[in-house]
Amino acid sequence: MLIKRNTPAIKSSEITDEQLYINRRNLLKTAGTALGAMAVPVLANTPKRKVLRHDETVIGSTPDWMQEKLGRTVPGNFSTDEPVTPFEYITKYNNFYEFGTDKEDPSRNAKDFHTDPWSVEIMGEAEVTGQFTLEDILRPHPLEERIYRLRCVEAWSMVVPWIGFPLADLIKRFKPTSKAKYVRFETLFDPERMPGQRSFFSAIDYPYVEGLRMDEATNELALMVVGLYGQHLPPQNGAPLRLVIPWKYGFKSIKSIVRIEFTSRRPRTTWERSAPNEYGFYANVNPNVDHPRWSQATERRLPGSLFRPQRMETMMFNGYGPQVAHLYSDLNLKRNF
Amino acid sequence: MKPVVFAAGLLPLGYCIWQVVSLSLGKTHQLGADPGEAIVLFNGEWALRFLLLTLCVTPVRQIFRWPEIARIRRMLGLFCFTYAVLHVCSYIAFLLEFQFSDLFQDVLKRPYITVGFTALMGLIPLAATSNRWMVRRLKQRWRTLHRLIYIILPLVLVHLIWLTRSDYTEAIVYSVVGALLLAYRLRPYLRRSG
Ligand code: HEM
Repeated sequence: MLIKRNTPAIKSSEITDEQLYINRRNLLKTAGTALGAMAVPVLANTPKRKVLRHDETVIGSTPDWMQEKLGRTVPGNFSTDEPVTPFEYITKYNNFYEFGTDKEDPSRNAKDFHTDPWSVEIMGEAEVTGQFTLEDILRPHPLEERIYRLRCVEAWSMVVPWIGFPLADLIKRFKPTSKAKYVRFETLFDPERMPGQRSFFSAIDYPYVEGLRMDEATNELALMVVGLYGQHLPPQNGAPLRLVIPWKYGFKSIKSIVRIEFTSRRPRTTWERSAPNEYGFYANVNPNVDHPRWSQATERRLPGSLFRPQRMETMMFNGYGPQVAHLYSDLNLKRNF
Repeated sequence: MKPVVFAAGLLPLGYCIWQVVSLSLGKTHQLGADPGEAIVLFNGEWALRFLLLTLCVTPVRQIFRWPEIARIRRMLGLFCFTYAVLHVCSYIAFLLEFQFSDLFQDVLKRPYITVGFTALMGLIPLAATSNRWMVRRLKQRWRTLHRLIYIILPLVLVHLIWLTRSDYTEAIVYSVVGALLLAYRLRPYLRRSG
């Protein structure tokens, strides 16, 4: 069998920089099939490693207060110790259709997308609602780095060192009422600055909408993200504020958020509306339920090389079952894909 | 004219090889994070472009009264076939990593691959009978056989439309060009009935 389960070979405490990543790839290569199927996807205790950084200048700018905040980032739990995808690929291979549908489009078209000032509207079934500046939204939350697997619905995956804070902590501050059963998120709608929103033959209705059940949103893994590789998010990765839900397909991790609404009814999400038979509300990573147009049983870990196997088995809930499987114990995941 | 067209037709392939070599030498390349996918898409798109170019020959010949252009038709058709084969081979090599059972699954289960596969099966007899000897041997039947292309083109366009996920601009542009080229062939029939 060519398909191997990617197995973390080195402890996270050893992760330092991209050079190591390259060494590790070589190590994995030579270790070959000797690597068993003993995947330990998530670390339990507080890691001693340093926050990952890259040397390239980041596209886009960020205010000083954000820069300072990012500087105080600490390494967080729930990090995988699989080889981390280099910064270059995380920032030049993006699905962000607001900036074009080719993978390189967002990095090209989002160059001049400025995200300061930015504000977020909190609305719906909560005691505290209103328009807040990004600074107000972030102020009380210390930032941590979490290295998560990212599994795209298109059957490729990366490993990304995000910087953010638990969504649950944010939600708590606005005191959702008992009527709040779901959280609805919305991306900025601004066709002037987001050329993809001007496309004439798009099958997608903008603004982009995503949603989570309340218990999903308050799960410890759900992360509000403001940074990447030690610095602020480049615009193509969803600056200045995005969601990361590591056990669901990437499209659930909505970017450039301007609105968060607590609702009693399940939001109709963008992809659900565009093709309900292909993209469900839950979109949990699930190797047993194929997308109608391709299999979800395996994934290709990027960056790819043409001549070395990069296909690996996809794990249920992207390997985050221990943290999230209980959320779906009485749900038929074949029907509620 | 032929050598020029031949050289031009090899340019995309040359570009592709150059990129693959750069990638394997660890140099900068344009294939992105997912080079396998990039190569599949690149060759697929060029196969379709050469298919459309092949179908342009007859209208151009008739409209511009330029009989010589007919001489490059076979070459264009063979370039279409070449890039289609590269498209499918790179799919098998880089995306399926030679798991042939997955290929059969895909062909049976995924309609866009089913039509792509059918289109490729259609191109094979056309490529095989494109040489002069076959043309002479098959005579009238050769023309009938090569009308298959009028079925292959819609299949490829359906392949493209069905694999599109969000923005249909590209699929629509190719489909409109394809529809015009097919409509041109239907003119005599339309005129007779009208
Ligand atoms: C067994 C036969 C075939 C298979 C398995 C196949 C498979 C594929 C796959 C996997 C993709 C990429 C889909 C995606 O990324 O979403 C694709 C795209 C494409 N294929 Fe095929 N294909 C086949 C035959 C053909 C043929 C015969 C042609 C043309 C003559 C063709 C033209 C295209 C085009 C134009 C694209 C889109 C490229 C783009 O979006 O830039 N395919 N095909």
